[in-house]
Amino acid sequence: MEEKKSFGAAALEFASNNIVPILFVVICAVCIPLSGFSVSYLLNEIVTRMGRNIFLILCLLIPIMAGMGLNFAMTLGAMAGEIALIFVADWQIWGIPGVVLAMILQIPFSILLGLLCGSILNRAKGREMITSYIISFFLNGLYQLVVLFMMGPIIPIKHFSIKLPRGYGIRNTVSLLNMRQCLDNVFAVTIGGVKIPVLTFLIIAVLCLFIVWFRKTKLGQDMRAVGQDMEVARDAGIHVERTRLISIVISTVMAGFGMIIYLQNMGNIATYSSHSQIGMFCIAALLVGGASVDRASIGNVFLGVILFHTMFIVAPRAGAAITGDSMIGEYFRVFCSYGVITIALVMYETKKRRNKSKTAQELARAAAEETAKEAAK
Amino acid sequence: MSNAPLLEMRNIKKDFFGNQVLEDINLTLRAGEVLGLCGENGAGKSTLMKILFGMDVIRETGGYGGDILLDGEKVDFATPFEALAAGIGMVHQEFSLIPGFTATENILLNREPTKHSVLSEIFGERLDTLNHKEMDVRSAAAIEKMGVHIDADMTINSMPVGHKQFTEIARELSKEQLKLLILDEPTAVLTEKEAEALLDSIRGMSARGIAVIFITHRLHEILSVCSKVIVMRDGRVVQDCPAAETSVEEITRNMVGRNVETGGAQREVRDVSGFRTAMSIRKLWVDMPGETVRCVDLDVKEGEILGIGGLAGQGKLGIPNGIMGLYEAGGSVTFDGQEIPLGSPRRCLDASLAFVSEDRRGVGLLLDESLEWNVSFPAMQIQNKFLKKYLGGLVKWRDEKEIYAVTKKYIDELAIKCTSSKQKAKELSGGNQQKICLAKAFALEPKFLFVSEPTRGIDVGAKALVLESLRKFNRDSGVTVVMISSELEELRSICDRIAIVSGGRIAGILPATASSEELGMLMVSKVV
Repeated sequence: MEEKKSFGAAALEFASNNIVPILFVVICAVCIPLSGFSVSYLLNEIVTRMGRNIFLILCLLIPIMAGMGLNFAMTLGAMAGEIALIFVADWQIWGIPGVVLAMILQIPFSILLGLLCGSILNRAKGREMITSYIISFFLNGLYQLVVLFMMGPIIPIKHFSIKLPRGYGIRNTVSLLNMRQCLDNVFAVTIGGVKIPVLTFLIIAVLCLFIVWFRKTKLGQDMRAVGQDMEVARDAGIHVERTRLISIVISTVMAGFGMIIYLQNMGNIATYSSHSQIGMFCIAALLVGGASVDRASIGNVFLGVILFHTMFIVAPRAGAAITGDSMIGEYFRVFCSYGVITIALVMYETKKRRNKSKTAQELARAAAEETAKEAAK
Repeated sequence: MSNAPLLEMRNIKKDFFGNQVLEDINLTLRAGEVLGLCGENGAGKSTLMKILFGMDVIRETGGYGGDILLDGEKVDFATPFEALAAGIGMVHQEFSLIPGFTATENILLNREPTKHSVLSEIFGERLDTLNHKEMDVRSAAAIEKMGVHIDADMTINSMPVGHKQFTEIARELSKEQLKLLILDEPTAVLTEKEAEALLDSIRGMSARGIAVIFITHRLHEILSVCSKVIVMRDGRVVQDCPAAETSVEEITRNMVGRNVETGGAQREVRDVSGFRTAMSIRKLWVDMPGETVRCVDLDVKEGEILGIGGLAGQGKLGIPNGIMGLYEAGGSVTFDGQEIPLGSPRRCLDASLAFVSEDRRGVGLLLDESLEWNVSFPAMQIQNKFLKKYLGGLVKWRDEKEIYAVTKKYIDELAIKCTSSKQKAKELSGGNQQKICLAKAFALEPKFLFVSEPTRGIDVGAKALVLESLRKFNRDSGVTVVMISSELEELRSICDRIAIVSGGRIAGILPATASSEELGMLMVSKVV
């Protein structure tokens, strides 16, 4: 009986399941004409930002698969990437070799941080998200200690351009001008005034293929099993803790790669703030794409990046056009990313509760049927 | 060696901290035999199976005595995985399935056939890709072996509950080394037709030479499929005979019938048919996991002690928990002519109902607080008792003197063993904690009291005292008491009438003078 839902009911269900993406499509549809940007400018910006950001967001998928929720601790990978880039900048190795060296260099850092984070999360099962969020704050402090005080006296940093004038610690901004967009510019093609960073997109494509392939491996299957029911997985002989640990390590290492791609596009490192907001914005973008705490796909990543960044680009101008104050747009986009995360968390809980009361409804229906049968007698 | 039985258990003994739960259990099982194992809850069936399956809980509580021989060789499984490797499979009462996976993925969970790839050479076997074709073939073979058709590509959470059960069975059958399969109440969740299919499937397994231990409360199933029957009671085997030589009546009698002499301590039983109806329950359903109540109609007479009995999982515990608002419930409940809204514990308490929960530590007690607090807290909270009012009631202070007095009174009355009334509740023994729970309810001075499993896990002496105090409370204050218990003898000793719950419904109400056989037959009458 339930199979034959009316079209209206089906549409309503679709809408309630995809409320966040729909909301953002509407916001973008309103703001784009108001901002007055040309189509080619918009496309150019979006394509650039896709290349910059998608890799970072993809790293969130694997912990979600393992049932560990949104990995706020991807910031750890970002820190590892930054430290590697600081070294490379100090050694004055630029261009593609610099990027590749930094990518190799960040791997041991992020594996170490991933192991640390993963083993803490294994002790906080069921509370992974808040725990990873706090870990990212804690390690931000550690990062500052290393970068601000240890780099110079303990860890050799020579080049004056990145050192603070006082002789130790790293400047607020480290310029990567000599490797700016060096990945993006390889094989870049321009179509209708839109520059497409072919190599970056190729790297992203390879990563997407990796994720698709990974889901089909034994490890991927184990992660999905662990993500859905740890106890059942354990009874079947799967090493639950180890599987969860691996998922966080993979995520952290990937976040490190992602951060290096991100920073080579930007052309500079804001030493003390680049990483701190990146986790929040990546998670918001993923959620805007329609992902939830326990389900996310590659499609969610692409849709999310396009919608979230379109809003990012047009909101300040649209805000200025409406109120005459461009700060309102700036405010709006920060407000939106926190808002989206809150909505996603609330929806996740309500969905869980709704599923729970389903059995109660069935019981009520059965009791009512019995009453009706008796009345018929 | 070929003459040795597949499984032999000799003189199995087990105690949980001095509490003997199994004594001298002997059983033998040959390849292809189907053994029906029955007994009331707490008879020791599950413990016996846990020992056989090498579950952690057995070792953690000090191991067991006696020998288990498999194919004539002594075995001692340290983990369930060793038991699995030796060819023992078990389908538990609770499903152990991954909800978002298909039947195939669940059947082959962690035993998936894989394909090698370049990356797995470098990073290890876990990066092999799954061989879905081979998986389909193997799961189809297992389903074929089971003989009941289920959709292999359907995900578990969209399956009817019976198919989940079959998926579990297929998973065990897909293990090639399987020699012995333990089915723990597999038909509990099946419809009539599905249960029939399962019985056929068991016959098929037996024909293939797989031995089956079949635990169920549906006795006619045992007679129709098993080759031999073992009945357990109080940790002993009381009947061991071929299925052809026994009957449902005999098994029931052996399951519940204790020695008539010890069970004869019956007190006065009042005829309550003339009493006024205090509470009437209509079409009650309760969504309490594991204790689902489906449709209960029940009238409780004023001033009586009504016992509610039944097997575990049939819904007897759901009734008080649903009425008192601890689990989601529906239907109508009227008390003293007034409708009691379901799902609101406060309104129940306001209507002078009280509840002593079976979950002493979780619901019943404030473990980290003193006995005084535990006894007086609900009365303080609900009825503003034990409070001194100042400034016309704006400021309320606890009346420590009165709290002390009332706690002292109950400590004396119920003979609660404690160092002082300031001792913390968690420091008391189980029996004394139970008495505190009762004191707490008594302090509320309710008109109507639900008592759920008041003697679970407490020793004989404390049991008698708890039951006696309940009886006294009923007789002296005229309070209506509804006592839920899985021990029939206990119900028969203090109740006026006994209602038996089976399959989430009231199977029948008998006076407490009814025989154990009559009550026992009701218990299994509607088991679902």
